[in-house]
Amino acid sequence: MSAALQTAARQPAARDLTQPPPTPWGEAWSDLREATSLWRLCWTLGWLDIKLRYRGSLLGPFWLTLSTAIMVAAMGGIYAGLFHMNLAEYLPFLSLSLVLWGFLGSLVSDASVGYTAAEGMIRSVRMPFTLYAARIVLRNVWVLLHNLVVVVVVLAVFKSWPGFTGLLALPGFALWLIDSLALSVLLGALCARFRDIPPIVGSLLQMMFFVTPVIWKPDLIHADMRWLLPLNPFYSILEMVRAPMLGQVPGASTYLSAGLYSIALCAATWLLFCRVRGRIAFWV
Amino acid sequence: MSAEIDVRGVSLDFPLYHGNARSLKRTVFSKVSSRIASDVRHRVVVEALRDVSFSLSSGDRLGLVGTNGAGKTTLLRTLAGIYEPLIGSLRVNGSLNALLDPQLGMNPDMTGRENIMLRGLYNGLDRAAIRRLEEDVCDFAELDDFIELPVRIYSSGMVVRLGFALATAIRPQVLLMDEWFMAGDATFMEKARARLEDMVRGAEILVLSSHQEHVILEWCTRVIWMDQGRVRADGPAAEIMDVYLGRAAA
Repeated sequence: MSAALQTAARQPAARDLTQPPPTPWGEAWSDLREATSLWRLCWTLGWLDIKLRYRGSLLGPFWLTLSTAIMVAAMGGIYAGLFHMNLAEYLPFLSLSLVLWGFLGSLVSDASVGYTAAEGMIRSVRMPFTLYAARIVLRNVWVLLHNLVVVVVVLAVFKSWPGFTGLLALPGFALWLIDSLALSVLLGALCARFRDIPPIVGSLLQMMFFVTPVIWKPDLIHADMRWLLPLNPFYSILEMVRAPMLGQVPGASTYLSAGLYSIALCAATWLLFCRVRGRIAFWV
Repeated sequence: MSAEIDVRGVSLDFPLYHGNARSLKRTVFSKVSSRIASDVRHRVVVEALRDVSFSLSSGDRLGLVGTNGAGKTTLLRTLAGIYEPLIGSLRVNGSLNALLDPQLGMNPDMTGRENIMLRGLYNGLDRAAIRRLEEDVCDFAELDDFIELPVRIYSSGMVVRLGFALATAIRPQVLLMDEWFMAGDATFMEKARARLEDMVRGAEILVLSSHQEHVILEWCTRVIWMDQGRVRADGPAAEIMDVYLGRAAA
């Protein structure tokens, strides 16, 4: 046994009793800092989740790519006919929409079982609670990367490259990552405490898929009513990344709405997390 | 920094939210148990720990005894930082390893090597240290080429060896151990015992929960007798064990 391993065990948060007790705010903050210092663990856990799901299968994680490709092809054919759309115009939109929505949708449903699914680990070892959330986000980023292959192929086939406007998707995506982390903590904690929430989240999510312009284009809405769109957080969040990748610059109302909803989400999550962090272990 | 543990007036309630607390409450109250009550918001809570205080410093070997459900494991989990008490204060200085769950972090679908790597990452080891951890564990568990295969296909003996090797590879200043670990002496080879003893001796503070008198007397210098979440007695190992066993036999 090497000597280095002896001292390498992780130090718990040492507390000095002569100091005032740590505030919930400080504890939540150190939770986040500790998760950041364990980023390699987050990354590995996220990747192993994907790898394990497809271990032993021929295509591995590329089953994700293939099933998305089939879905895009099938839905593209049907809906282009139904909506009387030009396939060259519709298919890039649809493939991008489905892939991006796939990220948001599976993130929300993973998040709602995030802490309950990690019950065994939560009860046997002290880990920062934001680590479990980061694992969910990274797992879904891996899925997204596999699915983006389909989008790239579709864009290449129809020669509809977004050009430099596409780079505008990057800050949007950065905001996605922050929101995803917040949402994973928020939903994970709420769903651990109230077991009725996951089914509610599931049905709301399905409703939002049809209410939000995912498979139908936003311009199908009558011009007088279009101002309503940014009221739907899913719309502005989705549009913020989708529009640039289709070569369009998102409107100010989209950014404003996405920004405001994100601030509200992060603030709500932070307040909740400060309040309940120490209780999550009792809830799972 | 030398290891120390300081627990002052810690109380811990388990709220029971799930499994229909209301009807459970009715059932429970009809059977009257003093440890189950409802709090101000009429939730059912289990009083898992009540006003527990003790402190340990480097060199201390503490045994926890008590009947099932006396709060031994809850106390270990609280010391490990898994449950945070709302009442009282808790300080643990020094690196800590809690052997509470033999299956901790072992995923049967992952290969032996992946399991070892994950355990290293849990403990915040860097790449080089993980490599050393791998060598150490492979050596002890004698897995050879099986290290590249999923743990699912291992024989039960291999799983035990791997789990044991992993749990004992990272040596902390503060070692918290649940009884399962020392219980099955017979099934462990002599080599395993030597390794465990090495680890226990290496730790500055040991907190061990066990039902077995010989384990407690062999390893511990001090014993805390837990009863219904409270410290019933606290003192030198032999003395407390006599009182504890005398009462248990009566």
